[in-house]
Amino acid sequence: MSQLELDPVTAAPPPPRRAGRRARTSVFWLALPLAVTAVAVFVLPLTGLLPERGQDLAATRQPPAFLAGGSWAHPLGTDKLGQDLLTQFVSAGRLTIVIGLVGALVAIGPGTLLGLLAGYFRGWVDRVISILIDAQLALPFILVALAIIANRGSSLPVLFLVLALTGWAVCARVTRAATMAIRERQFVIGLRAAGASEPRIVFRHILPNLAGTIVALGTLQVGTAILVESALSFLGLGVVPPMNSWGSMLASGQDELSQAWWIAFFPGLAITALVLLVNLLGDALLTHHDPRKRRR
Amino acid sequence: MSEVVETGVPGDLARHPRTPASDTPVLEVDDLVVEHRDGGTGAVFRAVDQVSLRIAAGESVAVVGESGSGKTTLAMAATGLGPRGQGDVRLLGHSLSAISRTRLRRLRPEVQVVFQDPHGSLDPRQSVRSGLRELRALQPERTSWIGDADLLGRVRLAADLLDRYPHQLSGGQAQRVCIARALLMRPRLIVADEPTSGLDVSVQADVLALLRQIRTTTGAALLMISHDLAVVRSLCDVVHVMYRGRVVEAGPCDRVFGAPENDYTRELLAAMPGARWRSRR
Amino acid sequence: MKASTVRRVGGRLASLFASLLIALSLAFLLGRLSGDPTATILGPLAPPEQREALRHQLGLDLPVLVQYLDYLKGVFTGDLGQSLQFYQSNTSMIADRLPFTLQLVGAGMALALLVGIPLGVLAATREGTWWDRGASTLALLGQSVPVFWFGMMLVVLFAVKLGWLPAGQSGSPKHLILPALTMSVYPMAHIARLTRASMSDALAEPYIDSARARGISTRRVIWRHAFTNAMMPILTIVVLQTGILLSGAVAVEYVYSWPGLGQLALQAIQFRDFPLVQAIVVFGALVFVVLNLLVDVLHSIVDPRVR
Repeated sequence: MSQLELDPVTAAPPPPRRAGRRARTSVFWLALPLAVTAVAVFVLPLTGLLPERGQDLAATRQPPAFLAGGSWAHPLGTDKLGQDLLTQFVSAGRLTIVIGLVGALVAIGPGTLLGLLAGYFRGWVDRVISILIDAQLALPFILVALAIIANRGSSLPVLFLVLALTGWAVCARVTRAATMAIRERQFVIGLRAAGASEPRIVFRHILPNLAGTIVALGTLQVGTAILVESALSFLGLGVVPPMNSWGSMLASGQDELSQAWWIAFFPGLAITALVLLVNLLGDALLTHHDPRKRRR
Repeated sequence: MSEVVETGVPGDLARHPRTPASDTPVLEVDDLVVEHRDGGTGAVFRAVDQVSLRIAAGESVAVVGESGSGKTTLAMAATGLGPRGQGDVRLLGHSLSAISRTRLRRLRPEVQVVFQDPHGSLDPRQSVRSGLRELRALQPERTSWIGDADLLGRVRLAADLLDRYPHQLSGGQAQRVCIARALLMRPRLIVADEPTSGLDVSVQADVLALLRQIRTTTGAALLMISHDLAVVRSLCDVVHVMYRGRVVEAGPCDRVFGAPENDYTRELLAAMPGARWRSRR
Repeated sequence: MKASTVRRVGGRLASLFASLLIALSLAFLLGRLSGDPTATILGPLAPPEQREALRHQLGLDLPVLVQYLDYLKGVFTGDLGQSLQFYQSNTSMIADRLPFTLQLVGAGMALALLVGIPLGVLAATREGTWWDRGASTLALLGQSVPVFWFGMMLVVLFAVKLGWLPAGQSGSPKHLILPALTMSVYPMAHIARLTRASMSDALAEPYIDSARARGISTRRVIWRHAFTNAMMPILTIVVLQTGILLSGAVAVEYVYSWPGLGQLALQAIQFRDFPLVQAIVVFGALVFVVLNLLVDVLHSIVDPRVR
C-alpha cells in the first residue's frame, strides 16, 4: 500500500562526473543482490539441488535446519503436509518477482502515457485526466481491488488488472508534473520554431528526458506491486493454490503461527528485503535524475 | 549607428545565400494584448498591454525594459510560439489569427529564437550533431546549404564539438551552438531574448560580435530583447522601451538614448549599466 | 470574500465533486457487474418465480438509469442500501463497526506521529550523518515491510512465545497495543520521510540562517522556525493517511480478528454481498472527499496567502 510522494522532477543534464559515478556505484550495489535473487529463483529449480516436491506425512512442520529438531534435508523446514519449504520458497519467489515486474509495467505504461498527454497538452485533456486521477485516488483502493476480485474471481489477469488500476494514477500524476516542467524549457520552443510536430516533441524529446524519472517510478512501482500482491494473496484473493507466491505462503502460514511460525517468517522476510532493496534502488535512481536532490 | 543591412560585408555576401529582399515587413504587431491568469487565485494580469511594433526586412529592433515588463511575453506572442493574446499579429504578411496550423508550421522556420539560457535551449539528451541532424530532417530544403562542420565554423566553433552533449559545452559554446542552429534555418527574423545575460562577461562581447556579423551577412531581421542598453545600442536601429506591459517610448536608438522624451526612459538610462555610455557622447 | 477566492474555492469544490461522482459511478458499476444477486441469495436451484419476486423486491427490474439515480439519491441522504447477508441497513452496520476502526486508526496514527516526527527531525537536523542514514533506512524499511506480516510476527513473539499480550479480538486497552503498533508502521515511515524532506527544505531557507545569526538557540530555530514551516505537508499527509487507513485496514484487522470496517468488508466479499461492498467503497470515497476538503481548510488557516 505504498504511496509515492514524489516531487515534480525536472529534467536535468546528466550530473557532473563525480556525483554521477557515486550514484552509479550505489545503483550497482543495490541492483546486484536483486539480480542475484532473480537469477537464483529461476536457475535453482533447474539444478536439481532442491529437495523433492512431494508430501511426507512423517515429517510435518519440521523447523528449519538451524533450529533444534531441524535437518538439512529440509533447510527451511516443512509445512503441515511435510512439503519442503525451501522448494516452495524458491518457486513462490519466481512468481512474486514476475508479478512485481509485470504489475509495475501495466501500471506505468498507461500512467506515463496519460500523464504525458495531460502535462503536455494541458487544456481539456489535462482537465479530464486530472479528474480521472483524483477519482481513482479517491476510491479506497484496497476495497476496489477486493471488489473487483470478488467479482471476477482470483486469477493472474485479474491481479494485473487490479495492479494497473491501483498504480496508474500515481504514475500519471508524477509524469504530468515532470512533463509540465520540461515543456516550459526553451529547447521545446526552439523545436517548435524549427517546425517540429507536437507528437515529435512529446515522444522524441520530452519522453526521453523523462526516461530517468520513469525508470525510477517503475522501480518503486515494482515494490508497490509486490506489497499489494502479498496483501491480496494473504487475504486469499490474489495468488491462490495451486499457484504459490510469497504472499500466498504467508496466508498458509497464518493458520500455523502458534505451531510453526517459520512457515510465514521466511517469505515475509524475503518480501521485506526485496521491497526494501527495490525502494532503495528507486530512491537512488530518482536522486540520480533529480538535480535538486543530488545537491543535498 | 548601425547602417542598413545591404551595405554589409561584401565578401560574405557572395558565399551566404541571402534572404530575398522584400517589401513585406517581417513582423507587424497591432494593439497586442496578452493576459495571464493565475491558476491559483484566478487573478488576471495583463503582461502585454496594447503594444504595436513593426520590423521591416533586415531591420534590427530592440525591446528594452526591466524584468517582468512583458518583453519576453511580447516576443513569444508576436512569433506565435507562446500564448497568442488578442490583437493582430502578421508574420511575413500572414495574420496569425487567420493562419491554419499547417501553414503556421511551414512558416515557423522563418523565425528562430536564441534564448538567455543556452543550456536550457538544447535537449540535454542530444549531441550537437544529432540535434543538427534532426533539424535537417525537419527542413531538408532549407538546411541543405551548408555542412555541419562549416556551420560550426560560421559561429567560430571547432568541428570536434559536434559529438559533445550540451552539458559538455561551456555557456559560450552552447550559445554559439544555439546561434548556429538558428542560422541553419536561414530565418528572416531572429529573436534574441537576452542572448548574453546568461554568459560570462568575457564571452558576452564575442557572442554580440557574432550576432552583429550574422546580421550583416545574412540580412535577417533581428528582434532583440534586453535590459542591457549598451548591447542594444551596439546592435539595433530602433528601440521600444517597455514598462509594465506598455511601450512608453519608441524610436531610433540614437534619438531615444540621446534625447529621451519619457520619464521612465530617462530613469532607465540613468539606472542601467549602459548609462556611462550616454556621458561618453 | 473576494471574487478570486470564491472562484478558487468553487473550482476546488467542483473538481472534488466531479471525482466523487466518478468514484460513486465506479462503485455502482462494480455492484452491477457482479451478475445476478438473486442467485447468490437464493442459490442456483431456486425456482424462477421466486427469483423474479426477489428481483422486484430489490428493484433490479427497473431500468439501470433509474437504479443509478435512486442509488445516488440514497448516497446523498445517507441510505446505502440493504445487506444481502445480514438483512440490515448497510449504513447502520458501517456505523456499528466504525468506532472500532476509528479506535485502531486513532491509536495507530498517534503512535505514528509520536515516533515519525522526531525520527524525521532527527534525520533532517543531522543530515548526512549515520543518524540520518539510520533513521532514513528505518523509515524506508517501514514502507517496505508487509504490515500484516509484521503484525503476525508480533503475535508470534508477544502472544505465542512470551504470552504478554493477547493475540486477537478487542475489548481491553491491552488488546489494542499490538494492532495499533502494526497499524502505525506504514504511516510512521511515511511521516518520518516527509518530515525529513520538508524539514531539510525549511532548514535550507535563508531565514533560518538569519535566525541563527540573531543568536536564537538551535533548538528554538529547529522547532519554532523550521518545524512550523515544515508542518503543512505533514498535516496534509496525516489527514489523507487517516482516510486511507479508515478503509484500508483490512489485512491488519484480519490478522487480529479486529471487528472493524475492514473485517466487515472482507466478510461482505466472501459472501458476495455486493450491496455491502458497494456501501463500504462509497463510504471510503465520501471520507476521502471530506478529508480533502479538511486539508484545504487547514491550508488556508495555516497559510494566509491561500485565503
